[in-house]
Amino acid sequence: MAELTYRSAVAHGIAQEMRRDPSLVMLGQDVGPAGGVFKTTLGLWDEFGKDRVRDTPISEQAILGAAMGAAMTGIPVVAEIMFSDFLPVCFDILSNQIAKTRYMSNGQLAVPLVVRCANGSGVRFGAQHSQSLENWCMMVPGLKVVAPSTPVDMVGLMAAAIRDPDPVVLFEHKSLMATKGDVPDGEVLDTLGTARTVRPGTDVTIAALALMVPRALEAAEILAQEGISAEVIDVRSLVPLDMASILESVRRTSRLVTVEENPRLCGWGAEVASIVAHEGFWDLDGPVLRITTPHVPLPAADVLEDEAVPSVDRIVDTIRTSWG
Amino acid sequence: MPENHYANRPPRTPPPLNEANADLDIDREVRLHLYRRLQELRQVGDRLHRLFLENLVRGTSHLSLGMEAVSAGFGAAMRDDDYSLASYRGHAHTLSRGASMEGVIAELLGRDNGLMRGKGGSMHLVDVDNGMLGSYGIVGSHLPIANGAAWSAQLRGSDQVTVCFFGDGGTNIGAFHEALNLAAVWKLPVVFVCENNLYMEYTPIDLVTAVEHPAASRASSYGLEEIVIDGNDVDEVYTCAQRVIERARAGEGPSLVEAITYRLGGHSRADTAKYRPEAEVEAWQGHDAIELYHRRLLSLGVDEVELTAVATDVAAQVDAATDAAKAGPRPPLEEVHTQVFADGGSSWRN
Repeated sequence: MAELTYRSAVAHGIAQEMRRDPSLVMLGQDVGPAGGVFKTTLGLWDEFGKDRVRDTPISEQAILGAAMGAAMTGIPVVAEIMFSDFLPVCFDILSNQIAKTRYMSNGQLAVPLVVRCANGSGVRFGAQHSQSLENWCMMVPGLKVVAPSTPVDMVGLMAAAIRDPDPVVLFEHKSLMATKGDVPDGEVLDTLGTARTVRPGTDVTIAALALMVPRALEAAEILAQEGISAEVIDVRSLVPLDMASILESVRRTSRLVTVEENPRLCGWGAEVASIVAHEGFWDLDGPVLRITTPHVPLPAADVLEDEAVPSVDRIVDTIRTSWG
Repeated sequence: MPENHYANRPPRTPPPLNEANADLDIDREVRLHLYRRLQELRQVGDRLHRLFLENLVRGTSHLSLGMEAVSAGFGAAMRDDDYSLASYRGHAHTLSRGASMEGVIAELLGRDNGLMRGKGGSMHLVDVDNGMLGSYGIVGSHLPIANGAAWSAQLRGSDQVTVCFFGDGGTNIGAFHEALNLAAVWKLPVVFVCENNLYMEYTPIDLVTAVEHPAASRASSYGLEEIVIDGNDVDEVYTCAQRVIERARAGEGPSLVEAITYRLGGHSRADTAKYRPEAEVEAWQGHDAIELYHRRLLSLGVDEVELTAVATDVAAQVDAATDAAKAGPRPPLEEVHTQVFADGGSSWRN
């Protein structure tokens, strides 16, 4: 067992897989000797060399295109897009090409690759370096989407994403980089499409993702002192989506709150809420609540960004108020 | 805007035929193969056009009528395990790698015996068994992907070469420049082939491009040789293809070839191409790839009877492929839900 930061868990997971599969390569801007702008790939270039850890120009389409072409001809790839905000620059390659090629070719071509990117708010970078775009990717048929919230999940889900035969977009949260957690020695391998109950409870289910998970846990602690027992589910994977775990929890608690960092419209919680409204309707004792960033671009100033993104206080207040 | 808005521009005529190409060192057997391939591509193209007019092909479609020498020449110079990628104008590039005519025609007819069982359609032909890694519907998108296939060959040490075909219109999109730069920096075994048919869609390419040759004039930006060839002279295409493919195979890096050619028809099914000067169309009809090659082969001593037999044989093949394609059933409706993910299905939740 070793204590790792979330940041170092990224390289830890990739290194585990590069040792296991000598054909696995990675590429991206500054991922080599620089170790990535978030230092998430530190050490990989030293261990695996320049042929397997490739620095690229600032050419997002060239990065994802190279990843796709290699993946569909037998070379598994991890591609870094530095900020998820840059995915729109190469969204054609991601959403039209990588996502749809298996289908359009009727299975003649497979695209086993991982696109990793730094996602989310909290570092005061403003509207083009702080977005949470997991819901954009979730909407595209053919893509899988994961967003780990802890170091051990980062290692295990990174390994699962790399071994998965489908394209996976893996979101690394910028505000979780310095957080720490235990990671077991030896191989760590998790399963895509599995949510995790990170705090049991009986009165309300809180479904959260990435940075919203520790906030939901903190909110649950405060609510517990007020006599409200909240169960917190770390959704972890948006595609595949573990609805069985959420529906099972709602059957016991009869209430559901989603905590989403994405802007309001068409956030991932909307799909979860819609499924629960349909399949869990008779289990519910109250309306499903969605706590989200409002439908605005993210502002840069700290007080404004903090106001926009769901906070512990907002989670507590929303649930407390709903109790009437 | 009138339909013939560019029809009064001065015509851009074909390059003069290089008669010396008759003396190129190409085996008679290869030349007969090239002639047969040209006939196949032309006759399948003509047949698809007729099937559109009969309303048996739905949606849109982009034919290569008049442009066949590019795919025929490159296809003949490629090794079986080399990779091709094409734009949405990909029928000829798929057939030139050896794809079945029935599979191509049936795909356009939306039949279960189509190459992708009706899931891709005219703009997305794929035939992996023959090295055809796809036809891509978004202009320019496949150039970066071709780099990936070439990178993979480089990593695997397989000495396979990737050839990527695109139109003149694709040279003004960012992906073209991103791809060329990375291919040069990584010295990838890839050949980029611009089929410059002078019109991006309805607009003459020279009106919207800063340089004379939309692809070749940009080659120097990436440290590459400027290569412009007559894309209607299949011997010239084949010889150039051999040279740049061997260069890539030897680890000497990418090439960018601009093949000047012309569409005999419109951009797509709905386009009657009346925006082109009449004298220009006539000049290019006089520089038709198949007629040029027919004349050259006669001048090299091939018997007219032999060439007629090839054309007749191909016609029978196209008829048989059409019948087989039409006889195919519609895809089962369950096919909507298959092959989204590697488990064969489309399930995104439990």
